[in-house]
Amino acid sequence: MTDNLLEATKLRKEFGGLVACNDVDFAVPRGSIVSLIGPNGAGKTTFFNMLTGVYTPTSGEIMFNGHDVAGLPPHAVTHMGVGRTFQNIRLFPTMTSMENVLVGMHSRIKGGIIRSVLRTPGLRREEREAADRARELLRYCELPKSADESYAMHLSYGDQRRLEVARALATEPKLLLLDEPTAGMNPQESAQFTSFVSKVRDERGVTVLLIEHDMKVVMGISERVTVLDYGQKIAEGTPAEIQADERVIEAYLGSGATSAGNGEAAGA
Amino acid sequence: MMERLGLGDAWSKLPRSVRHAALPMLVLVLLAFYPSYYSDLTSLIGTNSTAAQLVPTVPTMVIMTVYVIMALGLNVVVGYAGLLDLGYVAFYAVGAYIAGWFATQQFSPHNVHVVSVGVPHTVQGIHVNVWSLLLVGAVFAAVFGIVIGLPTLRLRGDYLAIVTLGFGEIVPQAVNNGDNWFGHNITNGPNGLTPIDALGFGSLHNHWSFLPTVYYSVTNAVSYYYWTGLALVVFTLFCCIRIRDSRLGRAWVAIREDEIAAAAMGVPLMRTKTLAYAIGAFFGGMAGCFYAIYKSSTFPGDFSLNISITVLCMVILGGMGNVWGVCLGGAVLSYLNYQGLEAVGNNFNNIAGTSFNVPQYTYGIFGLIIVVMMLLRPQGLIPGQRRKVELELGVEGGSLYEASSQ
Repeated sequence: MTDNLLEATKLRKEFGGLVACNDVDFAVPRGSIVSLIGPNGAGKTTFFNMLTGVYTPTSGEIMFNGHDVAGLPPHAVTHMGVGRTFQNIRLFPTMTSMENVLVGMHSRIKGGIIRSVLRTPGLRREEREAADRARELLRYCELPKSADESYAMHLSYGDQRRLEVARALATEPKLLLLDEPTAGMNPQESAQFTSFVSKVRDERGVTVLLIEHDMKVVMGISERVTVLDYGQKIAEGTPAEIQADERVIEAYLGSGATSAGNGEAAGA
Repeated sequence: MMERLGLGDAWSKLPRSVRHAALPMLVLVLLAFYPSYYSDLTSLIGTNSTAAQLVPTVPTMVIMTVYVIMALGLNVVVGYAGLLDLGYVAFYAVGAYIAGWFATQQFSPHNVHVVSVGVPHTVQGIHVNVWSLLLVGAVFAAVFGIVIGLPTLRLRGDYLAIVTLGFGEIVPQAVNNGDNWFGHNITNGPNGLTPIDALGFGSLHNHWSFLPTVYYSVTNAVSYYYWTGLALVVFTLFCCIRIRDSRLGRAWVAIREDEIAAAAMGVPLMRTKTLAYAIGAFFGGMAGCFYAIYKSSTFPGDFSLNISITVLCMVILGGMGNVWGVCLGGAVLSYLNYQGLEAVGNNFNNIAGTSFNVPQYTYGIFGLIIVVMMLLRPQGLIPGQRRKVELELGVEGGSLYEASSQ
């Protein structure tokens, strides 16, 4: 049996009568890069939100690093080692890049109220070390030094995306969840980002799970791909297997694409 | 010209912390000596002229310190953490009644004295050292803040505001009816608790003669209250600034800007919000306690909704999130409330030959001030840096990138 960092079993989420996630089994091997794909509304983000504690699953379990995290509040999940970015960038707009990253370190530093008021030597050291680590992370994520003290809202789109990754890395994750990280990027930027994600995995030993629409990105870096459609897992395998899977092609291109081969729908 | 340049150079060579502290220090020194040059100020204008009424008296200054402390405390809740609290007066009441219970003859069959100063042991009731009560009142208010916060802080925005409004009304009502809680007279109802023990330094007077045994034993007692209030303001400011720049302060701003993102970054929402409540309440309680000791009494009527609203106005008018702005807002509005409006009105009547009773229109005038401010300077008198950029680009609603590309 392989060593799985994340293992979801029969994970289910219902919103009223709608089943957004239908008994999905899912595993992310430690140290791998796994992609979750599917058409719009397939339940990918719902799945992410259950992993990160935003939603409580209706049923099923999520084992992360040997602990059941289903139903834990988001901050507790983060504390256990799950960092994430958002589909629509959700930085803290009127905080500087440095402050954004420092908030990411919240669960890794202590700094109680009384120590903060007295500004004890221990606290000063902790803050100084945190600031050093934050600067190091910003450099690592290729943000220009000039961006350190600018407000997140004043950064360019690409820098905002990079800052979000830096902030997620600041939580010291074992598993990094990226929700459509290349949305709005041009092919060149996407390619650059792809190699950056591989670098993060290789150098920091972070396992990566990403939701992505850009097939070039998905096929380029993923070791495994899982496909969701209407809340159900319809395929799972290596990128090559997925590309050849009939059900996947059907889900993405419509039933005509495969049925045409069967001669049922002429002129598809 | 050359010399001015030289001075400028010397100034810029000073460490940043010194340059930043210079102006507040100067203001503090000027304020500390206020009682000694107050009479010079009025005689400069003409002691008995109407214009001299505009100069804040020392008793007004004491009230101003009380309100500045409260405004700073509410700023933690509203300005830092972005939680709208319309019942802040509840914490003020808790502080005041702590003073009322532990430094009066309310529980008079009992006779408990704990390091009390200036109170003969023959005086019955519970008499705890009044200095420590300032802290005890603050801590009790903070605990009360946590108790109120735990159920209410699950709500957001408007809902939270309504529930806090409710608590702000419940507390004075409960106090008003507290002369018969299950057959016990706890708060003495509408008659209030009085007299409350005065501040004082007890036997320290023997070592340093300028420290009075009890404040009422000296002729300039009110100056001593003023200095005490000023010291409490400095303490509050110090704590607020240090906490603002700490891990907790960052978490508050993060929550204010985006709760979901903050939680995903490991910030525990309930705990962090409750701490904002508790710290805000701490200073509210301290202010209430000090005010009750200064007045030597506390009545349910002191804790009306008006106070919550006025303190909120101070925070908004001064500049949400900026401690200096909030201090200025608190000082200006409390001055207008207790002396300024009447003085301005008298001057106006004097010049125009009219006979308006201006204090009657106090809240109307406050409303007008707020409306004009919001139209002309929505960021407040001295805006916080964040608030300024926020208003520049109107972040709220819309995704970050859309907002910033406008």
